[in-house]
Amino acid sequence: MNQYYHSIRIDEDKCDGRMKCMRICPTQAIRVRNGKAKIIEEKCIDCGECITACPNQAIIPQTDPFGELSRFKYTIAIPSPSLYAQFGREILPEKILAGLQSVGFNEAFDLALTCGEVSFAIQEYLRDYDGPKPLISNACPTVVRLIQVRYPGLIENLIPIDTPREISSRALKKQKSKEIGLDPKDIGTFYITPCPAKMISIKQPAEKGKSHLDGALSIADIYGPLLSAMEKMEKGNYRKSLESICILGIGWAISGGICQTLRIKNSLVTSGLSEILKVFDDIEKGKLRNIDFIEAYSCHQGCVGGSLTVENLYISYNKILKLINTLEFEKIKACPDIREVRKLYEQNYFFMNGKIESRPLKPLDDNIAIAIKKKKEKEALYESLPKIDCGVCGSPTCLAFAEDSVRGEVNITDCILRYPEKIKALTKNKSFTAFSSKRDKSTAAREADKKGRKHET
Amino acid sequence: MEPENGFIQEFKVKGGDFSKAGSISTEIKEILQEVGIDSSIIRRVAIASYEAEMNMVMYSRKGEVSFILDSVKILIKTSDEGPGIEDIDKAMQEGFSTATDEMREMGFGAGMGLPNIKKHSDEFKITSEIGKGTNLSITFYLEQQNKQ
Repeated sequence: MNQYYHSIRIDEDKCDGRMKCMRICPTQAIRVRNGKAKIIEEKCIDCGECITACPNQAIIPQTDPFGELSRFKYTIAIPSPSLYAQFGREILPEKILAGLQSVGFNEAFDLALTCGEVSFAIQEYLRDYDGPKPLISNACPTVVRLIQVRYPGLIENLIPIDTPREISSRALKKQKSKEIGLDPKDIGTFYITPCPAKMISIKQPAEKGKSHLDGALSIADIYGPLLSAMEKMEKGNYRKSLESICILGIGWAISGGICQTLRIKNSLVTSGLSEILKVFDDIEKGKLRNIDFIEAYSCHQGCVGGSLTVENLYISYNKILKLINTLEFEKIKACPDIREVRKLYEQNYFFMNGKIESRPLKPLDDNIAIAIKKKKEKEALYESLPKIDCGVCGSPTCLAFAEDSVRGEVNITDCILRYPEKIKALTKNKSFTAFSSKRDKSTAAREADKKGRKHET
Repeated sequence: MEPENGFIQEFKVKGGDFSKAGSISTEIKEILQEVGIDSSIIRRVAIASYEAEMNMVMYSRKGEVSFILDSVKILIKTSDEGPGIEDIDKAMQEGFSTATDEMREMGFGAGMGLPNIKKHSDEFKITSEIGKGTNLSITFYLEQQNKQ
C-alpha cells in the first residue's frame, strides 16, 4: 500500500525495536511489531521527530543525493533562508549562494526575495478576505498534512497562496529556458531543505497538482562541502553584501518572521506540534475568530529547527533575528516593489493551482452503526487495561492498543500485564534476548571490575 | 435506531473552572472523528458544544453534559445548577449578554453563545427555571452523510 508518499523510511536491518520513535511520534503513527518499527502511512505527517529520536539512525530521511543533479543540463539551487543561519555571523547570503555554485550548481537563487514578494501577497490577500478566520500559513508541509489528516474542517483556513519555493521555481524555469534556450525539462531546480517534510510537498503536493521543484537536498548533506568551498573564497564587503538581503523574506526562516516583518497585528505564532494541536483545537471551537493570521511551524522556532539542519536551533534563530535587526538599523530594505507585486497579484501569479483535499483517518468502520459498536468495545477494553502506557505490546498507549485490537491488528494477549506468560514468549524474541544477554555481560563485567579494584586497594 | 445501540458518554462541568473549559468539546470531537462522522458536521458540533460548555463554566455552579451518538443523530444534552435565564427570547438575540466585565475581558460574553448554538445545530431546545438552572437539548442529524 503506497497510497501516500513519505519522506522517511525505516531501515529494518538497523531497527532493533527500542520504541523511542513510537513514544515520541506526535500522531501515534508508529507501531512496533515483531521487534521492528512500522509506520502507519495514513497517520504519518512527516514531522521528522522520529528521525532524531532513533538511537540507531534506522529512520532515514529521503532527500535527494548530489547525483540527482546530473539528470539535468542546467541546475539551480534554491536554498531555504534557514541555510543562511547555519554559518557564522560574517558569512552572509551572498557568499553562501556563491558557495553553492562552486559545489556544483550552475546557479543559486536567493529565495528570500521571493519570500518577500509572497509576504506582500499575503498582506494583499488578508486585506480583502472575509471568509472563515483565522487564515493559516501553508509554508510548513507538516502543518498542511496535519490539517488534511486531523483537522479537515480547517482546510478552508489554509491560505491559498503558493509557497515561495514553488513560485520561484516556476518563474526560474520559465525565465532560464528563455535566456539560455533550454527545454524547461532540462533545467533542474533543487530546494536546499532544513527538513524532510519539504520532500513530500515535492513528491506528493497536498493540492494534487505537480510540484515545480525537481528535488530537495538536505542542509546536513551539503553543509560540509559548502563550508570548505566557502573557506577558499575571499571575504566580501560586509556592508555591501547586506544590501541585497530582503528583510521581509529572511524572516521566513524563523517562527514569527512573516508576522513580525509584515507587522500583522492580529496574528498568532506557534511552533512545535504539541503546541499547534492546542491552537488548532481552539480554532475548531471557534475561539480564535478575532485572529487574522496564524504562522504555524511543526519544528520549534520554525524552519531553523528542522531535523536536517546543522546549527543549534536557538543559535540559528538568534542569527536570523540579529540579521533582521541589523537591516532595520541600517535602514536596508532590498525588497520587492510592492506595485510590481500588486500587479502580479491581480494576475493570480501567487495563487496555488489546485485545491487541498482532506485526508481523514480511517474510521473504526465504514458503517457508522458498526463503528459505534466498535467504539464501545474499544472503551470497554481500555477499561480492562493497566493504563500505564508501558508500550511493550508495540502500541504507544493503552488506548491505542485498545483501538488496534478492535481494528483486528493486535491480539489482546499481547498485553504483558494482563497476560504475564507473554513475557516468556517475548524474551525469545531476538531483540529482547540481545538486551538480556548484553545486560548479563555488563553486570558480570562490573562485578569483575569491582573485585579487581578491591584487590588493588 | 434503538438507544442501546448508541454510544453514550457523560461529562461533568465545574462552574468557574476556566482552566479545563473546552476539554469536553475536544473529547466529543475526537469520538466523532474516530467513528467517521463527516468533518463539516464535526465542525458544527465542536462549535455548539464548546459554546454550551462555556456557558456552564461561566454562569453555573456545576452541570452535566451527556453525549449520545447513534447512526441517525448526535444529541448533546446539558443541564446545570445556576441562576437560570430570565428572558429566553432576549438571550437568544445576537449581542445580548449578561456577562460581567471580567468575562468580557477574557473575550467571552459577546452575546453570541446561545444564538450560535442554535445556528449550528439542526434542533435546539432550551428550558430554564430562575434560581434553579438551564437545560439544553442540541441535535445534529447525520442524514446527508448516510444518503451517500
